[in-house]
Amino acid sequence: MNFFKDIAWVDAGPIEAIPAPGARQLRTSEGNIALVKTSSGDFHALQDACPHRGGPLSQGMVYGERLQCPMHGLNIDLHSGEAVAPDQGCTRTYPVRVEKGRVFVGLSAIAECGCACAAAA
Amino acid sequence: MKEKLILVGNGMAGIRAVEELLAIAPGQYDITVFGEEPHGNYNRILLSHVLSGEKSFAETLLNQRDWYAGHGIRLETGKKIVAINRSRRQVIAADGSIADYDRLILATGARPILPSVPGTHLDGVLTFRNIAEVEAMLARAQSGRKAVVIGGGLLGLEAAWGLRHRGMDVTVIHLMDRLMERQLDAPAAALLRRSLEERGLSVETSAECQALTGTQQVEAVRLRDGRTLPADLVVMAIGIRPEIELARQTGIACRRGILVNDALQTDDPHIMALGECVEHNGQLYGLVAPLFKQAKVLAQQLAGRGCARYEDQAQATKLKITGIDLYSAGQFEGGQDCEELVMEDPGLGVYKKLVMKEGKLVGALLYGDTANEGWYYDLIRNASDITELRPNLLNGHGNIGDAGHGAHVTVANMPDDTEVCGCNGITKGMIVQAITGKGLFTLDEVRAHTKASASCGSCTGKVEQILAFTLGGDYNPTAREKPVCECTSLSHAQLRKAIADGHLTSLQESMRALEWKTPDGCPKCRPALNYYLISTWPGEAKDDPLARAHNERVHANIQADGTYSVVPRTWGGLTNAAELRVIADLAEQYNVPVKLTGGQRLAIPFIKKEDLPKVWGTLNEHGMLSGFAYGKAVRSVKSCVGKGLCRFGTQDSLGLGIKVEKLFWGAWTPHKFKMGVSGCPRNCAEATIKDFGIVGVDSGWELHVGGTCGVRVRATDLLCKVASDEEAIEHAAAFLQLYRLEGWYMERSSAWIERVGMPYVKQRILEDEAGRKALAEAFWEAQAHAQTDPWQARAESDAPDYEYAVIEALEAA
Repeated sequence: MNFFKDIAWVDAGPIEAIPAPGARQLRTSEGNIALVKTSSGDFHALQDACPHRGGPLSQGMVYGERLQCPMHGLNIDLHSGEAVAPDQGCTRTYPVRVEKGRVFVGLSAIAECGCACAAAA
Repeated sequence: MKEKLILVGNGMAGIRAVEELLAIAPGQYDITVFGEEPHGNYNRILLSHVLSGEKSFAETLLNQRDWYAGHGIRLETGKKIVAINRSRRQVIAADGSIADYDRLILATGARPILPSVPGTHLDGVLTFRNIAEVEAMLARAQSGRKAVVIGGGLLGLEAAWGLRHRGMDVTVIHLMDRLMERQLDAPAAALLRRSLEERGLSVETSAECQALTGTQQVEAVRLRDGRTLPADLVVMAIGIRPEIELARQTGIACRRGILVNDALQTDDPHIMALGECVEHNGQLYGLVAPLFKQAKVLAQQLAGRGCARYEDQAQATKLKITGIDLYSAGQFEGGQDCEELVMEDPGLGVYKKLVMKEGKLVGALLYGDTANEGWYYDLIRNASDITELRPNLLNGHGNIGDAGHGAHVTVANMPDDTEVCGCNGITKGMIVQAITGKGLFTLDEVRAHTKASASCGSCTGKVEQILAFTLGGDYNPTAREKPVCECTSLSHAQLRKAIADGHLTSLQESMRALEWKTPDGCPKCRPALNYYLISTWPGEAKDDPLARAHNERVHANIQADGTYSVVPRTWGGLTNAAELRVIADLAEQYNVPVKLTGGQRLAIPFIKKEDLPKVWGTLNEHGMLSGFAYGKAVRSVKSCVGKGLCRFGTQDSLGLGIKVEKLFWGAWTPHKFKMGVSGCPRNCAEATIKDFGIVGVDSGWELHVGGTCGVRVRATDLLCKVASDEEAIEHAAAFLQLYRLEGWYMERSSAWIERVGMPYVKQRILEDEAGRKALAEAFWEAQAHAQTDPWQARAESDAPDYEYAVIEALEAA
């Protein structure tokens, strides 16, 4: 898996330190990341800035496979980072893995946000 | 063996009589109905809406074939009865078939009068009486083609409007010098004409049709003054004549119509008649309301309750043209010994004329503003003494007395015997009884059970108001149909009821029990569900922070840059040097400004989330609590200085403001809840735009409710006056509790009051004293669990600080 080779993994702490369904802010060398845990126990990591006006997604309400920005209510798909229609825009996503009860987030990966916009600035 | 009852005429009057009969004496007769048209009974009044395209024919069907079958009624459609053998008691149909009767009802209706001019036989010349003719008109109604309607009465104008609505170029020609001369006086007719012309209709009054010309197909209408109007379609609507042919040739006494007595019997004791075919005391009929009254009387007679008598009443007319409000009743033209009250505003297009005689209202003509038609009609019908009402009579019911808060008041004050649905003779009392007795919730249910609003539909608004008034918190015209969100099929009302009935106390339990369609709900339903749980089961339900809207979850308001503002309570807007010093120190420490809020408080903005607990801790140490400036909760209690300081003050508003805030803080509400206390009617605390406002007067306090001043501005409604602080507090607690329990989540008190109506609120808070005390008690009970300062609660909690601490990423090992 070459894909993972260039990724710089950071340790984001124990899995139980994130409420579910909920999110916390993770401070990294590449900026703030919203670390999300869904009610089914899956983890997602998104750039902590809403494509709308940069609101902190880590403060939003997580439900199902989505999250709602606390600022103006945009709904973001946790898998793709894309805003749910009718809203537009997307935010960068990061790979996540869980090992021995801890969450790791991969930095420096090429963001595949799945839409035409250039979220990976 | 059952007696045989035959009804000739499958129309609105006859079938209504059968329905009334089935309601009071089901199964008494073996019933057969003969109808000339091939359909079940339909609502002929609504044909004009079918023509204009505002309704489909299916929507006008009153009785489908399965209704007849379900009641064991034989329906013979397309069968015209051509003879009656009275000695053998038989009717004979055109196809030669014969049926026996013991009792016969003639409800043969009326037929349109054709002008005696050449050309009425041409293709494209129609009358406006049944659905077949409407369909024929629609087949010819193409945009741009020309139609001429002969007759500027009610029916002609509705036909003209329908055709115009379909895009035709329509001219109405009318013999008289004004439209609807039987229902309107000259000024009202002029206003109507102007409105019609503005809608693109051409009107020719004092115009007489001399001939319809064309070879096979009608091509033009020639007028007596020599003009010729081209026409692809001609509709004749100059009036109707009772259909009495069958009765006349059988030898039943007829004049213009079949003669009937007050019991609706003809001169043959086995034969009764009703509807447009009869003549009663010299009167003929063309409107539906009296026919339905006749149906009631006739049914009573058939059921053997022979005391019912039909008496004529003032007739009222409404024109069913969208956007034109026109109502006329009784002797609107006046006459000897009559006095007239007239209000005319051509600019607004409003004209009202009331005709009085010997201290009583005898006629009303309303154009442009028909809001009070029901009230006027009742005054006419009941021959009420109007001497005292006279100064305000023209202004209408809403302006009598100290009311004046719109429709709800009108409906609440309406006596039970006020007729709401004129077509069906349904009173307010009957509607209320059906709603409460049969547990009705929707307009459709009320229509089905009472028939109110089911005929011409013009009383729909009133029926809805009565529903809202009667059901109070249970009625919401949309909520019942509309689920809270896509995660559930339950409405707000159903959700709240399910939580109460099922004693549900947690989010997960509720979602499971109520079969939520999504695992976590969504940002719409989760906070709503959480609110309903904690307000229904205070102290027992689990308040889930993850189901709280963001600001409530973190106990602070997020700002545009992602930082937060901190707003501590200043009880009643009163602070002191020590508190100011703490706030000043914090501002200095975090290098931020201090902002005065609209609710008489001080806000410390630009605080980073991770610093919030420290700021709160400092405030807490100095006895300052969270102001809940972020919550759907009791906010501040704004007050003026009151009589202790102000030379105008009549009451100690500051004292009461502080007292109220100390008692009420911490309560969660469906939406934010603002309070205010002013010491005198100058109202410097602006209490009359608060959710609950208290205004001092010399004798005590005025209590005001339902104000708001944001996106929308609404002044409060006056709830009542009280003498003491204690009473003011008890009323406030009861009001708040009622709103907490019956307002929908995210519904401000103003919207809630508009939904349920002030009369309902007054009934619960003022008239029902025991109920008020119980509500207040329940509020204090809930407060015992609610008054915990979230800042302090956090400081005392041992739980790990997931909410406020940021995770610092570590290099992976």
